[in-house]
Amino acid sequence: MSLKSTDINVGDEYAEVIVNDLSRTQLVQYAGTSGDYNPLHTDELFAKEIGGYPTVFAHGMLTMGMTGKMLTNWVGDGRLKTFGLDFRTQVWPGDTLTATAIVSEIIEENGEQVVKADVTTSNQNGQVVAIGYASAILD
Amino acid sequence: MAVEKFPVEAGHIMMFARSVGDANPIYADESYAKTTETGGIIAPPTFIQASSQYDPDASLRPKIGQKWFGSGAKPSGSNAPAEESLAGDAGGTSGGGTGLHGGQHYTYHQNMKPGDVLTAESKPGQRWEKESKRAGKLIFSESITEYKNQNGELVVTARSVGIQTERVVDQG
Repeated sequence: MSLKSTDINVGDEYAEVIVNDLSRTQLVQYAGTSGDYNPLHTDELFAKEIGGYPTVFAHGMLTMGMTGKMLTNWVGDGRLKTFGLDFRTQVWPGDTLTATAIVSEIIEENGEQVVKADVTTSNQNGQVVAIGYASAILD
Repeated sequence: MAVEKFPVEAGHIMMFARSVGDANPIYADESYAKTTETGGIIAPPTFIQASSQYDPDASLRPKIGQKWFGSGAKPSGSNAPAEESLAGDAGGTSGGGTGLHGGQHYTYHQNMKPGDVLTAESKPGQRWEKESKRAGKLIFSESITEYKNQNGELVVTARSVGIQTERVVDQG
């Protein structure tokens, strides 16, 4: 089901918990499917001893992939026109993330109704880990 | 990155969706997907990232018979000298700094679906610098990649922003 232009207004908010207690296993899983095997994300010894980080941390693109789940659940499948995120700080094993979209504009583009939204993903401390935008075609 | 051939496959889409924790049946159940607007399985919005599996030069994938910079017997890899492990882009470190993925931006032209065979062509974008309290001087550099399908149609345009930090990001 796709979002209808008659059902939303500027300022409307949609939010989802996109991961609860992020596991190291999910980092391994994402490395395997994406092909990003950077040991900073899966190799504790490397992340600490060579990387200088307290432990492994999530791929930025894992956070973006999980944020995308919130967006497609909201706007419907195959409806996105644009989606962009800047990664602000690292996501660690154990983090619980919430992704939020707030409608910034509803416009007509090439005869289609398009929703534009500000997108933010935050951790359990309310710290923003990724921030950006998305747009999608409405019904 | 240059990818000559990225065959989009249903099994890969299913596993990718699992890895981002997305249980939406549009990514795994063909008979369900057929009943929806898309008419079949499509790929999740960030699936295009998996094209690196088909990039012969992807630096973040261990290559058979070549040295790898992750740990083995030693933190930097049992068969890679430390200085080699310090080279490289995203995630390699240099002078105590680190390559990080600063951001990713997609423009979607059509849905990716099983059976598509994509090619990718990248070109450098803008480059800029910024001072940061947590990691010293930051060098930002963009790479713009166009993914086209077997019919030469544009499927996704991606703009990736890499950050080279002067030192490891302060966690304080």
